Amino acid sequence: MSELEKARIATVSLAGCFGCHMAILDIDERLIELMKLVEFDRSPLTDMKTFTRRCDIGIIEGGCCNEENVHVLRDFRRNCDVLIALGQCAIMGGLPAMRNAIMHSDAPLRECLEEAYITGDYIRNTTHQIPNDPALPLLLDEVYPCSDVVEIDYQIPGCAPSGDIIFNTLSSLLAGRFHGFARENIKFD
Amino acid sequence: MDRYSNPTPGADFGAAPASRSAVVAICAAYGNDPHRMLDILRDIQDSFRWISPETMEIVADETGLSRIQVEGVASFYSFLSQVPKGRITIRFCDDIIDRFAGLADIVAIFEDALGIKTGETSADGAFSLEYTPCIGLCDQAPAAMINDVVVTSLTADRARDIAAALKAGQMPQDIAVAGFDDLSPHERATRMVANNIRQAGEVLLGPVSPEAGLENAIALAPAAIIDAVEASGLRGCGGAGFTTGRKWRFAAADPVARRFVFCNADEGEPGTFKDRVLLTERPHLMVEGMTIAARAVGAREGLIYLRGEYVYLREHLEQVLADRRARGLLGKDILGVEGFDFDLRIQIGAGAYICGEEGALISSCEGLPGEPKTRPPFPVNRGYLGFPTVVNNVETFCHVARIMDRGADWFFDMGSDGSHGTKLFSVSGDCRSPGVYELPYGLSLQELLERVGGEDAGAVQVGGPSGTMVDRANFHRRLTFDDLATGGAIIVFSAQRNILEIVEYYMSFFVHESCGYCTPCRVGNVFLQKAIAKFRKGLANPEDIDYLRDLSATIIETSRCGLGMTSPNPILTTLENFPMVYSALVKPSRDRIRATFDVQAAIDDARKLAKRRSYIFDKDFTK
Ligand SMILES: Cc1cc2nc3c(=O)[nH]c(=O)nc-3n(C[C@H](O)[C@H](O)[C@H](O)COP(=O)(O)O)c2cc1C
Ligand code: SF4
Ligand code: SF4
Ligand code: FES
Repeated sequence: MSELEKARIATVSLAGCFGCHMAILDIDERLIELMKLVEFDRSPLTDMKTFTRRCDIGIIEGGCCNEENVHVLRDFRRNCDVLIALGQCAIMGGLPAMRNAIMHSDAPLRECLEEAYITGDYIRNTTHQIPNDPALPLLLDEVYPCSDVVEIDYQIPGCAPSGDIIFNTLSSLLAGRFHGFARENIKFD
Repeated sequence: MDRYSNPTPGADFGAAPASRSAVVAICAAYGNDPHRMLDILRDIQDSFRWISPETMEIVADETGLSRIQVEGVASFYSFLSQVPKGRITIRFCDDIIDRFAGLADIVAIFEDALGIKTGETSADGAFSLEYTPCIGLCDQAPAAMINDVVVTSLTADRARDIAAALKAGQMPQDIAVAGFDDLSPHERATRMVANNIRQAGEVLLGPVSPEAGLENAIALAPAAIIDAVEASGLRGCGGAGFTTGRKWRFAAADPVARRFVFCNADEGEPGTFKDRVLLTERPHLMVEGMTIAARAVGAREGLIYLRGEYVYLREHLEQVLADRRARGLLGKDILGVEGFDFDLRIQIGAGAYICGEEGALISSCEGLPGEPKTRPPFPVNRGYLGFPTVVNNVETFCHVARIMDRGADWFFDMGSDGSHGTKLFSVSGDCRSPGVYELPYGLSLQELLERVGGEDAGAVQVGGPSGTMVDRANFHRRLTFDDLATGGAIIVFSAQRNILEIVEYYMSFFVHESCGYCTPCRVGNVFLQKAIAKFRKGLANPEDIDYLRDLSATIIETSRCGLGMTSPNPILTTLENFPMVYSALVKPSRDRIRATFDVQAAIDDARKLAKRRSYIFDKDFTK
């Protein structure tokens, strides 16, 4: 297979812990096999911050907790044929979405920030300020799953998904024979 | 959910401290029997206007339970409160019917006059304002409870008068009915609440001969009574439509030490108020039916589960029972038949729709939180305290008495195939003559609408929220068990009404009333309500229609009781009958980017908190 025919993959970590990206590395030695079929474009794995050209697959870790996440996710949608939400954060909002549970407050976002930076029991913040550098993206009112912001084509479940499920899904997608997950991969009891 | 929440604890609102001896006396009045926990806690609530942590300790000690068990019951019912309530508590029915009938204006008048918002208690402990779901007065909305009495057909003027009278210290009962003290319990009930009987039928609301059914029944062997009830084709009127004769046969089957006959007068399905009219006008017939059931299955003990909202009927019913005892129609050797003993008591509920479900009703009578039980075993095999228990609806028992009077064939010949006899329909909403209609089964919805002055209806909710929302194209459908089934509710909506507003209200009702045992029902209904809210805001994707269907299917399949099995019906039946309502509101994506995600709205809070513009999304951003 020539270089030109390799599928191009872009990845990004939005409101995630980077665990899903680490899980991509759990593919272990099969990575060599995979790299025969794909080439990475924009991705933390290549340290490229912009798309060099249109990609076949975009892999998203994490949901959207701030405006930059929204911006980047939309960019991915525009530049990728197929978008995959990788892991619970991308699919459902995951752990960061726990802040959505602050419901019975008139100002949930403020309450969240105050607890995180000022009033929380385990906080040591010598400035006693909530960070507000102009370079910091504005937070969203809630943490949103990716599918609320753009159309998502596939979801790979798990927190983090196993190397196996990532490898198997990617290779069957590339071979054009992905038909959903086996039950044991998506049941949780 | 918030509409129903309790006021925040803190101030004691001037509530009387519950003295230990008073609490001990209340427990003692019920023999310190933990099964009477609901009565004990109701009395404590009435006396002290809340159930404090200290009170719960005392009740736990007296009844031999743990405090947490007591709290489990106290926290379950919406009429029991763990923060002090006002000496006068006003509960507005906030059903969609009342909202359409001008509830907001009425509430505003009370809030204004009393100086508190709904959900609050005044600082001097005088008043609390609350919302509550349907209180069974839908034909005279807007309506409200004031402590143990009700006020109906509220207008702005009447609301102002009531508020002023309450502030002047008049007693609620004197406000609800002039000359309350001098009236009989029946007069009090009928002056407080109009019966609105629009059509009396042959079986229930027309002339009945008192005790004729019971007299015929005692001449028969118990098995022959069951045969007759089965042959009549009578099916339960509470909603599920189980064949009454068969239910009794199961209950009578095994030799056991005790059996029970329970009358389900919980009437909680919004839009249903026909049992209210029977309890007011045909209570003897109902108890006669229960007595016949007791004879048929061999029960000596019974109970009427009266919803807390109908507590204004309690005295009236107590009088009926006392009268029947005095006449030898209840108690020992009924009508002189040796060994035919049957007596019953009234259990008052405390504002929980789920307690109409027969398992939950039994749990509630056992002093437990009103949660349904896992089935099987069914109540007819193992019900109250583990003994066979027949639970039937008020109307069902009334029918039984008439069937024993006039014969199974007489009843069987009325109505239609599979749905025999007559049915009480409680009609409310956008029609000229709301009220109760007794009609044979098998009428088309169109025919009923013509009778009630609802020809212009755009939609009709048959069977309440758990039933079917019917569109004009389906008005030819028939009111039978096998076509459009209903426990009695017929709610008429004019073409001007917003279907999704109605659906969202009904979902909020189920969210509030789910007992919380099954996660799909407790959580799934919240998600469904949120999804409908999304549609109403124009924020739904085309895929959200599939989401509604999928989630509904999950809730139905995985719920333990009928509440969860029917709670998605407002959505499913409107998706079926009003598909355009949904499809007109969905917004397809542009370039596969969701048009429904509003980033400006999502960053607005942060923009205000940070006091700066967005460098990505604000075009006028300058550093
Ligand atoms: C959530 C729920 C609420 C119910 N509420 C009532 C009620 O208020 N009154 C009633 O008679 N039956 C109600 N039922 C039906 C009862 O469980 C039971 O089927 C009925 O009382 C049996 O009496 P019947 O056969 O005479 O209808 C309810 C069922 C469910 C699932
Ligand atoms: S899904 Fe789990 S591993 Fe992946 S980003 Fe979220 S928290 Fe981290
Ligand atoms: S379905 Fe709902 S109401 Fe019924 S038992 Fe489960 S949680 Fe309770
Ligand atoms: S009493 Fe208000 S709707 Fe039934």
